This record gives sequence, structure tokens and C-alpha cells, in this order.
Amino acid sequence: MEDQRTSFEFDKESLALVEKIIARYPPGKQKSALLPLLHMAQAEAGGWLSRETMDYVASLLKLQPVEVYEVATFYTMFNLQPVGNCVIEVCRTGPCWLNGAEEIIAHLEHRLQIKAGETTPDGKFTLKTVECLAACGNAPVMQAGIKYYENLDVEKIDAFLDDCSSKDATTRQNPYK
Amino acid sequence: MGIRILTAQMHIEGIQQLDVYRRHGGYEAFRKVLNAMSPPAVLEEVKLSTLRGRGGAGFPTGMKWSFLAKNTGKPAYLICNADESEPGTFKDRYLMEKNPHLLLEGMMISAFALEAATAYIYIRGELFYVHQILERAIGEAYAAGLLGKNILGSGFSLDIHCHPGGGAYICGEETALIESLEGKRGNPRIKPPFPAVSGLWDCPTVVNNVETLAAVPWIIQNGGKAYAAIGVWKSTGTKLMSACGHIRKPGVYEVEMGLPVEEFIYSDEYCGGIRNGNQLKAVVAGGSSVPILPAALILKTAKGEARLITYESLSEGGFESGTMLGSGGFIVMDHTTCIVKNLWNFTRFYHHESCGQCSPCREGTGWMEKVLHRIETGHGKMEDIDLLSDVAKNIEGNTICPLGDAAAWPVRSTIRHFRQEFEDHVNQKRCPFSK
Repeated sequence: MEDQRTSFEFDKESLALVEKIIARYPPGKQKSALLPLLHMAQAEAGGWLSRETMDYVASLLKLQPVEVYEVATFYTMFNLQPVGNCVIEVCRTGPCWLNGAEEIIAHLEHRLQIKAGETTPDGKFTLKTVECLAACGNAPVMQAGIKYYENLDVEKIDAFLDDCSSKDATTRQNPYK
Repeated sequence: MGIRILTAQMHIEGIQQLDVYRRHGGYEAFRKVLNAMSPPAVLEEVKLSTLRGRGGAGFPTGMKWSFLAKNTGKPAYLICNADESEPGTFKDRYLMEKNPHLLLEGMMISAFALEAATAYIYIRGELFYVHQILERAIGEAYAAGLLGKNILGSGFSLDIHCHPGGGAYICGEETALIESLEGKRGNPRIKPPFPAVSGLWDCPTVVNNVETLAAVPWIIQNGGKAYAAIGVWKSTGTKLMSACGHIRKPGVYEVEMGLPVEEFIYSDEYCGGIRNGNQLKAVVAGGSSVPILPAALILKTAKGEARLITYESLSEGGFESGTMLGSGGFIVMDHTTCIVKNLWNFTRFYHHESCGQCSPCREGTGWMEKVLHRIETGHGKMEDIDLLSDVAKNIEGNTICPLGDAAAWPVRSTIRHFRQEFEDHVNQKRCPFSK
């Protein structure tokens, strides 16, 4: 995978953003900024949180590292292993299932030649299944980066895979920027 | 077409922008509150409206506000619960994306009533594009002097901030949400104390759903009595229904409380009937947690009365033959649906989303998922059906938060109404619906 670095620090621009986010909470309550900072760190550190990245976030918020680990392992949006440049998250829950999510997942597995939960050998894609994305009216649905892709069918998936170099689809774009 | 309170402005080009929102009467209710009303007067209007929490529990909003501890020497907080994650529910996303200032105005008025100087919007992390829309709207409101210190010279000050979740259904439960907002795992707290006494950072806190807060500007502009005049009995005003599944026109619909379910499903104004000319088999009327009902019981109560979209009518018959309005997540299934597989899917969801704190939920959801998978794939035994019921009964009521109940109700109701289908799976040693 092209991006396997484990040590990570925010640049100046991001650090200014970190200060702004911490200021949203009362003095001494900077721990509240943990989820926002983990989202930022994950995006900028290559789409996943290494132990070193989590330790760095802990130091920024004056927390014990374990306070960060226990949070990062609880929430499903945080990747604790390296992932591809584009993480495709397909909804598998009720309403999407009623509308053919299984076919969508099967088609993605076929096109990418991997199973859900795996990353392509070239490091371009990781395929995940996720629970309800709150877009059931446009099922079946998937997410890549911060963007939703709705009313999916085989043709739309093929079009997405053929043109997924867009900035929107990468999981490495800091959502606060 | 009925009255529109929450969606009246959705068709207006550019309504997401402050100037357009203002040109269409936006922030007039907030202005009215600042110029001419006291916090108790705002609370009184909301009480008169009989507005009930739209996140799913249906608790009266005015009463919830009135529980907020006063004179504690601590700041009070308002939190908007925008962690919409209940399968079948996608109304809050629609409201925030299409009309962010309506939510902000509702929050400003509510914070004024609660005398809160800080409010947070806890929005599910997956919805970062909506987070961005809200942040833009908040920025516009600060620039226009509608947020910040001494708003429009009134002496009232308010900050509103967005806060993203990290992907956890449980954080829609208000005490888990507060834990999460404090930067912790989303483990629900034991109540009491309730958030109104000891919530965010142990301060008095009110948590309200997006749709609830968005109804407040209309109530202030038109009066609580006018709101209470819409609807039926204790189900007042309008409700956003997010309809999905095997219908011709899935989407978010604002309905006046009291609309017959049959009209909602079959009228072209709403769901437009069942897709592909198929037959209606079952409906989950209020998000995946509420009891499933077969076609006959969703259209008419056991007494033969037309079922209406109200809290009372949908729960008529209790859990024997009724369900709940819940979040308004309306999932429709046609006759081709395997009801066992649907239940397995829902149960897998609850197993995945259990926070792991209480053993009945942590272990029970996993057992139910396994047993259901066994039945669905043709390896089940007859006694598995009662085993499922037993496990569900042992979860229900035995957990800190309602996720346990939410996992148990679909299991118990599906077996109650569709037992034959489980038996068919066992007898045929396969799913009768698989191709």
C-alpha cells in the first residue's frame, strides 16, 4: 500500500482548526473534541488510525492514550488497519436489503475481486458493509468519502468504479476543510 | 393536500441560504421571541401545542423542558439529537439538508426558553456533508448577528456548534449521546438522574430531536393552540413519515396526524401503492424497533377501525395487535418478502449495535441472530422458535437503555404474527422464498 506511515502530525492549518474545535467546548472539557479530531486525523493520516496517530491525538487533548483507544475501538467509522484510497461502504440493513443490497455487494465483490472487509492488492479500494445510513428512501445506498451514492444499480456502480479518482470519493479528505 | 409546517419551504430555490430563508419569513419567530416574549411564555406555548418528541418516544416536549433544573449555579445546555440511525428513518437528514435554518431557528427559540447559552447539534458522523451544510448556515447566522453575544440587542446570547458522531446507533439514546459528546464510548447511563438534572458535564440538559425543534418556530408564530388544533386528540400537529421498501414512491412525507394508514400507503399523494402490482404483506410503521404488523392489522385495528397515523391509533391493541408510531420510519414489505430473513437482518443490526454494557442485550442479540440464521438457512428446529421468544423475553426490560427492547420487539412480534412462516422454514429445511 502506498501510504503506510505510522507517525503523524497535523500541519499548521489543521492545528489552527484543532484549536477552533477545542474552543467549542468549555475550558477543561477538551476531551469532547476527541471524535472530531479522530475524524480529522484518520483522513489526513491515510484513512486509518495507527497507534502512533492515536497517541498523537491523545497528546493534543492532554488525554491518556487509553482514553483514545477505547473510543476509537467503539465507533465503527474508525479504521484501525490500513485501508485503500477509496473505502466503499455499502448499506446492508433492512430497507436496503429489501431493495437489492445483496446484489450490489455481490457485484462490487465481483468487480473488485475481493470480499467485503478486504482491500484490493493495488491499495485502491476497500469494500465494507455497514449498517443503516439513513437514506432508506433511495435504497440501495453506499458511501465513499463523505458522499452518498443512492438508488444504486449495476450500471451506477460500474460508472462509479470507472471514475472514482474524484476527491469526493477518497477517504483521505479532511471533512472540516 | 394537508397543512405543511416542516416542509412548506422545501420547494423554494436557495432556502438553505440565510437571505432567502429570511425573505420567506425566516427568523421572524425568533425575532418575536426576543422582542416580546419571556422564557416561561415560550415554554407555555410549547406546552399548549402538545408537541411530542419526534425521535421515537413521543414524550411531551413542553413537559420535558419544564423538568430542566433551575438555579443550580450551572449552565443549562440544549442538544439537538441528529444521530438519525433507526433503520427506515431518514426524515431528519432531509430536514437538515434542505432547510438548515429552520432547525437553527427552532434551536434558538428553544435555547431562549431553556435559558441555555450553548447548544450542540450531535449529528451522525456518516452525514458529514450535512454537517458542512449546517456549519455554513451557522456561519451565516453569526455573521447576521443571530448567534453570538447579545443577539439583536436583546441581552440573550447563544452559541450553536456541530458535533459529529463516530458511527454508533446507540448514540441516538440521549444519555449515550451525552457520553459521546463528552468524548467517551457511547454507553448509556443509568437513569435517574435524568439529563434535565444531570446531563452534559453534569449540567442540566435537554435533548430534543431535529424534527421536534424544527416545529417550534411555527408554534411561536401561530400559537400553541393553533398547533394543537391540527391532528387528533393527543397526537397534534404534523409528522414526517419516511416511507421506504416495496412502495412506488419512497420518500419523506409530512402528514397531518390522523391520516388513515391505508390512504398513506395507497394514495398517489404519498406512497403510491405497492410496487410492481404486488400485494402488501407487512409494515414496520415506526422504525425497525417497533412491532411488525401484517397487512390486515396495519390497515385496520383488531376492532375493525381504520388505523390512523397517530400515537394512539397505531398502538391500539397493545403489542398483541398494535404497534407504535416511533420515529415515523415506515418500512413496507410486499408478498415476495421472506419475513424470517427480514427479522434475521434486523437482529443482526441490533447485535452489531449493542454497546455491550448489559449482558442480556450483548449476549441475547447474538444468540437471536445465530438462531435466526439457522432457521433462515434451513437448519432450524421447531423448538428454536420458542427459544427465540424466550431469549427476547429475557432481554426485554432487563437492560439499562431501550436498545434491548428495540431488539426484542421485532422478534416477538414477527413470531406472533408470522409463526407459520418460521415453521415452513423448519419443515422444508430451506427458505421458501429463496430462488
